Amino acid sequence: MPPTSRTPDADAPEVLSAPLVVEFPFTRSLGPVQSAFLTGLRERVVLGVRTGDGRVLVPPVEYDPATAEEIRDLVEVGTTGTVTTWSWNPAPRPHQPLDTPFAWVLVRFDGADTALLHALDAPGPDAVRTGMRVRVRWAAERTGAITDIACFEPYEGDGRGDATPHDGEFTDPVTGITAPARLDYTYSPGRAQSRYLAALAGHRTVGERCPSCRKVYVPPRGACPTCGVATRDQVEVGPRGTVTTFCIVNIKAKNLDIDVPYVYAHIALDGADLALHARIGGIPYDEVRMGLRVEPVWRGDGRYPDHYRPTGEPDADYDSYKELV
Amino acid sequence: MSATPGPAAERREVAVVAFAQSDHARDTAEVSEAELLLPVLQDALGQAGLRAGEIDFTCSGSSDYLAGRAFSFTMALDSVGAWPPIAESHVETDGAWALYEAWVKLLTGTAETALVYAYGKSSSGAVRDVLTRQLDPYYLAPLWPDSVSLAALQAQALIDAGDTDEAALAGIAARARADAAANPHARHSGPVPPGEYVVRPLRTADCPPVTDGAAAVVLAAGDTARRLCDRPAWIRGMDHRVEAHALGVRDLTDSPSTRLAAERAGAFEQPVDSAELHAPFTAQEVVLRKALRLDDRVRINPSGGALAANPMMATGLIRIGEAAQAVRRGASRRALAHATSGPCLQQNLVAVLEGEPR
Repeated sequence: MPPTSRTPDADAPEVLSAPLVVEFPFTRSLGPVQSAFLTGLRERVVLGVRTGDGRVLVPPVEYDPATAEEIRDLVEVGTTGTVTTWSWNPAPRPHQPLDTPFAWVLVRFDGADTALLHALDAPGPDAVRTGMRVRVRWAAERTGAITDIACFEPYEGDGRGDATPHDGEFTDPVTGITAPARLDYTYSPGRAQSRYLAALAGHRTVGERCPSCRKVYVPPRGACPTCGVATRDQVEVGPRGTVTTFCIVNIKAKNLDIDVPYVYAHIALDGADLALHARIGGIPYDEVRMGLRVEPVWRGDGRYPDHYRPTGEPDADYDSYKELV
Repeated sequence: MSATPGPAAERREVAVVAFAQSDHARDTAEVSEAELLLPVLQDALGQAGLRAGEIDFTCSGSSDYLAGRAFSFTMALDSVGAWPPIAESHVETDGAWALYEAWVKLLTGTAETALVYAYGKSSSGAVRDVLTRQLDPYYLAPLWPDSVSLAALQAQALIDAGDTDEAALAGIAARARADAAANPHARHSGPVPPGEYVVRPLRTADCPPVTDGAAAVVLAAGDTARRLCDRPAWIRGMDHRVEAHALGVRDLTDSPSTRLAAERAGAFEQPVDSAELHAPFTAQEVVLRKALRLDDRVRINPSGGALAANPMMATGLIRIGEAAQAVRRGASRRALAHATSGPCLQQNLVAVLEGEPR
């Protein structure tokens, strides 16, 4: 998606922003207690764990939250329970258990001493109260996850009595879960980088000068990292520059349409006091060298240079760029 | 074993000598984190008459999940002046915990001054959803229970226990916003209607405003503190404690971790006259007042607190800064500052500040 812009102040006529999606499908392994609990849910059995002082924790954990003692004494509790507190969620958010208004509830299962968080499907807040009886509504498809409980539903009736011992053994136990997560952000690079990107879209490279040490930073980030003061004065640099150092890339990156090997280099643009990095093209990879003079190559309506290529000038003296290596 | 390094009598004296914060806003898309932070750091350093590079130790608090970018704090370091290399550390939580780390560093005698800062741009993402990612990944995170929903469970537990009711919560919300009228940095001030239920029993006014902002504190030890400012706010004690993560094993109407931290910080040795409590939701103030034994004689959140401005990761540090300012202004003789992190007040930090003479 292309970046959007807006105009918050005169000093930065165009501040950029763009969607930023962070997705991470974590794969997590389960310990013996969590494995038994989540496998149990798949089999419509609710397990807890007994602590050294005889309390039954549901959902079960592997270490006593009070004493840190390792606990492995599994028990089976009822699939019915009592609401210990609740809140009414009139506007469910993405990924939550129900997509119609529901109550969040902490439920103490019959036979347990602690409570589990989940959703309660109820017609409205007037139908929910602390102390009400509920039972599990199982998901149609169960995989060994907390979402195997689709939600709770109101239940008028008795539950089972005390927790009973359980060996935690099931065929084909679940040993891990995948926990996909996606978060949507709007990224804003701020004033200095917006100015830089706006100029770059016009094929100009504009850095910013530190008022204290006079260094010109490219790309600018709004502050001089040495002096800790704002950079304000814009300075056009380049377009030509010098390769200060480089590496040869031999492994093809995913979704990147560039043949390997290719060269990625640090380039000190003329007038800049900080090297930026870019790909070098238009020259065999094994002929790229420190001091090589290069210039940007623009493609189509690209907002930044596609790569840099040799200018044909003589190489720069090492002394002219050694501070930037 | 003492919770704080050494008994108070032998301990080095450490004080807050400067505090600055941004004008908190709903959205600061026009500035990067470094640009948001820079004027705040300059303000705090300027108050202490120091320049970047003259600070012995720098410590910050922020969260990559708010920014949506890994190691986002490294970019913010641009605003500190981190070259030549500085002694620096970072905590991935509220800046109050960064201040704790800096305080310990000063107590060890290896630094005379410290710069502590924190920032958060909650506007970058949907903060209610982002905060679900701090939860237990096996039993909680797959359900995506948002921060308001969890706080509402706590509020209902308090109502059921007879500790509060919706009218009392509305009173807390109104007092906070009325007090915030005198706070030029606040995002919400003046009368705010109770609003609709966000998640019942919490209404709009019971919830903190989504806020972008930053804050910075300068700490100094002993005579350095006296040299850098007229009236240092001495940190008499500080401690932080955590309790179980699972909500179903905790008594949500109480905060034993807050009480223990306060005890270890010496908060109960003499009465305090003001308190800055990090209670993003009205009902949490009820829990904290109970845990900290604060009666009606104690002025609670004269700044308006987190209900007036809630720049995540800076809100707790701001509580310490506001308490220190009250002491430095002479408005408070002995002030308590509290910071929290995690769902339903899971982790809590308490500091006690006083002016001179003791």
